[in-house]
Amino acid sequence: MKLTIPEIEIMSSGHVACQGCGATLAFRYALKALGRETIVVIPACCWSIIDGPFPYSAAGVPLFHTAFETAGSTASGVRAALDIKGIDNVSVLAWAGDGGTMDIGIQALSGAVERGEDIIYVCYDNEAYMNTGIQRSSSTPYGAWTTTTPAKNFKTGPKKNMVEIMVAHKIPYTATANIAFPEDFIAKLKKAKSIKGPKFIQIISPCPAGWKFSSQLTIKLAKLSFEACVFPLYEVENSRYTVKKPNKKTDVREYLNLQGRFKHLNSDAMGLIQKNIDEEWGLLLKKERTSDEKCAETDAKA
Amino acid sequence: MKKVITGNHAVSFGAKLARVEVIAAYPITPQTEVVEKLSEIVSDGELAAKFIKVESEHSAMAACIGASVTGARAFTATSSQGLALMHEMLHWATGARVPIVMANINRTLGPPWNIWSEQTDSLSQRDTGWLQFYCENNQEILDTVIQAFKICEKVSLPGMICLDAFYHSHTSEVVDLPEQKSIDKFLPKYDPKYKLDINEPHTFGGLTSPEWYYELRYKIQSSMEDALGVISETGKEYAAITGRRYGLIDEYKTEDADEILITAGAMSQTAKEAVDLMREKNKKVGLLRIRTFRPFPKNEVRKIIKRAKSAGVIDRDISFGSEGIFFQEVKSALYRESARPPIYGFIAGLGGRDVTIDEIIKIAESMPKMARNNEFTWVGAKI
Repeated sequence: MKLTIPEIEIMSSGHVACQGCGATLAFRYALKALGRETIVVIPACCWSIIDGPFPYSAAGVPLFHTAFETAGSTASGVRAALDIKGIDNVSVLAWAGDGGTMDIGIQALSGAVERGEDIIYVCYDNEAYMNTGIQRSSSTPYGAWTTTTPAKNFKTGPKKNMVEIMVAHKIPYTATANIAFPEDFIAKLKKAKSIKGPKFIQIISPCPAGWKFSSQLTIKLAKLSFEACVFPLYEVENSRYTVKKPNKKTDVREYLNLQGRFKHLNSDAMGLIQKNIDEEWGLLLKKERTSDEKCAETDAKA
Repeated sequence: MKKVITGNHAVSFGAKLARVEVIAAYPITPQTEVVEKLSEIVSDGELAAKFIKVESEHSAMAACIGASVTGARAFTATSSQGLALMHEMLHWATGARVPIVMANINRTLGPPWNIWSEQTDSLSQRDTGWLQFYCENNQEILDTVIQAFKICEKVSLPGMICLDAFYHSHTSEVVDLPEQKSIDKFLPKYDPKYKLDINEPHTFGGLTSPEWYYELRYKIQSSMEDALGVISETGKEYAAITGRRYGLIDEYKTEDADEILITAGAMSQTAKEAVDLMREKNKKVGLLRIRTFRPFPKNEVRKIIKRAKSAGVIDRDISFGSEGIFFQEVKSALYRESARPPIYGFIAGLGGRDVTIDEIIKIAESMPKMARNNEFTWVGAKI
């Protein structure tokens, strides 16, 4: 089988990520997909550190570190400057964690996509504030331990559905991705690059320190998140859903049991998680079907 | 070309003449007219700029930073709560060394809601590393926007032009608009040495340990100090093309003055009237107007005040628990002098309360009779 992952390595060694960091792989793949003609904006997140301390940088492309809640707005400014200078061959990539995207950064992101800014926004999702020491974010899933949701009082609300929030903005392209499926991620980024306007991709990036698993399991866990339909892989292109289905949907317990952050859960709680996943998965497949019908209708009318 | 325009439109035309390339702004009273006019100018194709209509002032400043660090000349305008919301990004602009220019229409901070003039909003930002200019009239506002770009781009720091809500923002005066050709010569295209550029990739603003952070702060301070000279030089250059010269301070009949009043902003025009009326009665009163607040022109202030019998600083601002902010700065500038006149502080005109000629005359007349240790006085307060 021929691999389609580009050989080019733009990100260099010497970064300071933890061993087994999913977000580091995600960035490496993102640059392979987008190439050197990319300007990156990074708000406060793990990548503020991973890139390396002054005067070093592992990024290999122009990069601006900005304040926590400003990935969307700073990227808008970069794009405007490129536009006024007539530079049209450069992708502007906003690269933010889940806190900087779904919590503190949601206003700037919503503003940017509503304005139709021609940027690619990637949220590398590790489901908590990992850079500050594992505090819960609105992306933290039900049941998870974090330092601010101790085992006795774990998070009982669901993970915020950021993809649906982006879809509701009617942007041309929204997708999820997974570091265990780099070819899929790269293909999605390349597609995003070819589309004018705001693009949003959320990539699941397991965090050994925050999820409490041994660092050699990063890819295995990422894969399980897909197979158990915890983090489905899908695209929404102009309101049309395309969902990638696992060959066999696995039990979520396999995914949960590999992580220390869920070890306090009893079988009832795990059962509830499975039930919620099944419902969400069913809903997603339904959306795919109905969006397909709707889009077919629209296409026929056109 | 002479035009009768408001202070707000003087800002807009200043930005146009400076050929700003990216504008990012959010509406706030009384700034709205600045960006409305610029929207018109851009959409009429009279200015080749991108206008980003952001969802907050915080994002306005972030977008300006993004644009400026990519090498574009960036501009915004705000006021009051909007400026307060930008606070974090003001520090960020300074640390990133980007020469963004912003107009701030001085307005109160709530609660209670009040939209009138007060300088506490911008003075609260005095430690963010922004150059700050306080203007007296609409002509100076336009001229300062243009000069600020040149000054800020030379010292790689952002700059704020302050004008007073409604006194300036919504009041029309005759303003002379310089020829675009002469401004283009005065202010060439912005082309920074370091910018986000795929042909020469750099990382900006990354994690910096105690080993280097300290030196980077030192560089900001030394650029601020350099700005003192740059402002004066730029003022001279600008005078050569327009005949209007501005510096760090503005002196009005101070040479032989016994009492010197110190003001900033629109109130200075009223104070000049008061000085004229007192001079007619042979009272030796003069006015020192602080035009550049950051960097603070310590030497100039010291030189003028030390020869007076007393000085009175009228603040349209208050640092709660301390005193008027200009009062603090002026006193601090004089500390080094072994023989210094008493300096009195007056709080006046907060929340847009009118500061009249009569009140200013009363202030000046009260100064020779004041106890040397008088802290500060609330002028005309119903207390």
